[in-house]
Amino acid sequence: MAHFDENAKPFSHQWLNDRLAIDTLKRVLSTEYWIPKNINFLWAMGMVLAATFGILLISGIFLLMYYQPNTKLAFDSVNYTIMTEVGYGWLWRHIHGVGASVVFLIIYIHMFTGIYYGSYKRGRELIWLSGMLLFVLFSAEAFSGYMLPWGQMSYWAGMVITNLFSGGSLHADGLVEWIRGDYVPGQAFLGRFFMLHVLLMPLVIIGAIVFHFGTLRLPHVNNQDGEEIDFEESARLYKEGKKAESKVIPFNPVFLSKDVFVMGIYFIFFFYLVFYHFEFAMDPVNFDPANGLKTPTHIYPEWYFLWSYEILRPFPTDPGLIAFGFAQVIFFLLPFLDRSPNVAPASRRGAFKVWFWLLLIDMIVLTFMGKLPPQGIWSTIGLVAALLFFALWIALPIITKLEKKL
Amino acid sequence: MNKELKILGIVVIFTLILYWGVEPFAHSQMHKHVEGHGLIYDGKADIEEASKDKKEVKKKFWADVKKIASLKGDVASGETIFNSTCASCHMKGASNMGGVTPPSLDHAGAIYDKNFLIALIKNPAMATNVDHKYKDTATHPMGAVMSMVSSDQDIANVVAYIKAKKAGEVTPKEAFIEACSRCHANRYGKLTQLGEIPKTKSNIKTGQDIDKMKYDQKVAEEQNALADYLGKLPPDLSIIYRARSEHFLETFIENPQSQLPGTAMPRTGLDKEGLEKVMAYLEETGDPSKPARDALGPWVLAFFVIFTILAYLWKQSQWRDLH
Amino acid sequence: MSNRRDFMGMALGGFTALGGIGALYAMKKTWDPLPSVKAAGFTTIDLKDAPENVLVTEKWRGKPIFVLKQSKEMVAKAKKSKEIDRLIKIGNDYYMVAVGLCTHLGCIPGYDPSKEGFLCACHGGQYDSTAMVTKAPPPRGLDIPPFKIDGTKLVLGEQGPEYKKMLANGITLPV
Repeated sequence: MAHFDENAKPFSHQWLNDRLAIDTLKRVLSTEYWIPKNINFLWAMGMVLAATFGILLISGIFLLMYYQPNTKLAFDSVNYTIMTEVGYGWLWRHIHGVGASVVFLIIYIHMFTGIYYGSYKRGRELIWLSGMLLFVLFSAEAFSGYMLPWGQMSYWAGMVITNLFSGGSLHADGLVEWIRGDYVPGQAFLGRFFMLHVLLMPLVIIGAIVFHFGTLRLPHVNNQDGEEIDFEESARLYKEGKKAESKVIPFNPVFLSKDVFVMGIYFIFFFYLVFYHFEFAMDPVNFDPANGLKTPTHIYPEWYFLWSYEILRPFPTDPGLIAFGFAQVIFFLLPFLDRSPNVAPASRRGAFKVWFWLLLIDMIVLTFMGKLPPQGIWSTIGLVAALLFFALWIALPIITKLEKKL
Repeated sequence: MNKELKILGIVVIFTLILYWGVEPFAHSQMHKHVEGHGLIYDGKADIEEASKDKKEVKKKFWADVKKIASLKGDVASGETIFNSTCASCHMKGASNMGGVTPPSLDHAGAIYDKNFLIALIKNPAMATNVDHKYKDTATHPMGAVMSMVSSDQDIANVVAYIKAKKAGEVTPKEAFIEACSRCHANRYGKLTQLGEIPKTKSNIKTGQDIDKMKYDQKVAEEQNALADYLGKLPPDLSIIYRARSEHFLETFIENPQSQLPGTAMPRTGLDKEGLEKVMAYLEETGDPSKPARDALGPWVLAFFVIFTILAYLWKQSQWRDLH
Repeated sequence: MSNRRDFMGMALGGFTALGGIGALYAMKKTWDPLPSVKAAGFTTIDLKDAPENVLVTEKWRGKPIFVLKQSKEMVAKAKKSKEIDRLIKIGNDYYMVAVGLCTHLGCIPGYDPSKEGFLCACHGGQYDSTAMVTKAPPPRGLDIPPFKIDGTKLVLGEQGPEYKKMLANGITLPV
């Protein structure tokens, strides 16, 4: 039993401290949570993501007040009620739509930052794994949300993606029907994806975000040179006022001040998109109401799924599904496939440097091809890029094994 | 600092390349590019696109139209013909004829092109570029006009009358109702194929609204007739403005066959003013938040610019003695 | 140094709060009744065929509206009890028109034609035939909805001169 100060006034600092250990919390979570000084703005992407998630949550709450999860009403509740009638409904919707798209841009930047600087190794494996888990959860959240306006793209994306679960020649049609609750995407489907989008997925995501933060606390975040820092020694120097000599800064307020500045720039970009360039995040085809008897001429996922979609597309059904499955899980294995002892930026890691840029460019090429009609030269380029993707991952353990210790 | 800018540059360049690939480039590859013809209805595109056996007929037809257009029309005698022939079908409360209800012509002179009107009276199926649907173009729902107003001078007179007297100020909504809404509903604008949806009241004891049911049935019958005539129900146009690009809509309205070969949609023959008004209405129902967006946008952006400047100053004050 | 640090942090915080107020304003507007709800706030009722001493219920803005045509005796009684101003006069006829929700906590009172009065079953409030309260707990008579007289019809939701007079004389509270 802890010691309680009997004379502390209710809700005074001492009173709260006895009950909630606020001083300790503040120290551990903010003023003495040490961050390396040697970082750049890419280290702010985590907070940018947290802020974007917050914006999605808030805008989502206001959309939820008027959205109708009913196949007959959903389309007009979004496109008429929210866009025309609800005060600032259009603002919430555009924020939500743009946010859903931009959040993936930041996730990818965050991911590739981690890959570039080797921030998934030597004690940081769980950071990477929980981050990848968040990527999958965000993908599920994005997909379920995409169903809700019940336009043509919602319907046909729902049709195509749930069909993936039939497992090709396994013909697990029962599983597909179970997922849909119907032979085709219908009321049951919309109802359950609505539930997933507004309740279950956000709950799990919030939990995963907390876990992701938790995995950071002991290994600490990486720095620009992959340098191993003696955090205790550096913290001592900082607290003694030798700030210039110390290699670390406290999360609050020093690191935070930089985060907030980066966020400011990000918000200018974000709200520019919300007001003047939101079309990219809301596909025109989805402004046609869902019609189960007519497939749109071109169907494609949102841009952030295109690369994995393109890995599926050039192959026949079964190998395609296997390839798709491979692409979904392979990033999880990165900490174990990278056999090099070095934690260093890719620029200093020889062959890995080439590997990194090839992977990035290959995924961009796959993304391009994923949206283009699957014909002629586009198909060929798509196939080559998909094969290169596999080749890169197969090569990774070999080239990293050969890497010299720095 | 320089290093950070370099990194930012790389991030921005890759982001822009990504954007270019999935948006402008992908869309340029997905959609066929169609040039507009500046809303000049001289049959040029029709003749080019026509099958071999139809080419000569179309050439002659549009040459005749050109000839009639050069005649001087007499408004007074045009009015006589208009009232004795056109007005018996194109009137308020007109009923469905052969699949479609004749539209009101109250502002026809303002929203339709002169050449198109001439062509329409001379041969409705040819003028609207749906002649491929008819063995005999006289069986077009408006085909009877070909025998009723047949002399070149009469056509010129009627068109002169329409251009002179059936014009005047027209609102975007009126333009849409006259030019589009016989076939296309616009539920966000509270329009059906029968016009504006009337206000009705339900019985307080039963909650039933019989007047609404009756109206809905009338609309359903009209829609079925349209679908039988055109092969499918023309889509509701409430938010077509967001579902298709502006360029698509403009070239499609000018000549539907150019974008969707074989479509049952007739050319509507809108002139510049008519097209502008119709597009304005489509924007009004399809993208109603534009004025609010334009008003609020600069304020929000200004807020974040100042926010960023303050954040920068805060960051500078925090980081000053770290190095 | 620490002064300047605090100052910039606080300036930023204050400015952010300003933006927060803007966001709260937008959120408040999102909670407002929709324009279609407001536009539907007008109902026309015809009093022509209303029978004497029979309660007719209409609906306006989702609320029940009581219409009670007064008999000669009821009018005489109302004149005596000075509640005549609560009634709407059309031609030579007097009508009681009120929102049929008890002014206590919003239950719907029932009408008993034999007693020519209303009883609210929830908490025992009573009203006379002009819908004036005769027994607590209701604090006042039934509220009168905004109306405009149009021949023998009433447009509920619009404020005509007769209604404005009632408001000015404190006969009803604005609904």
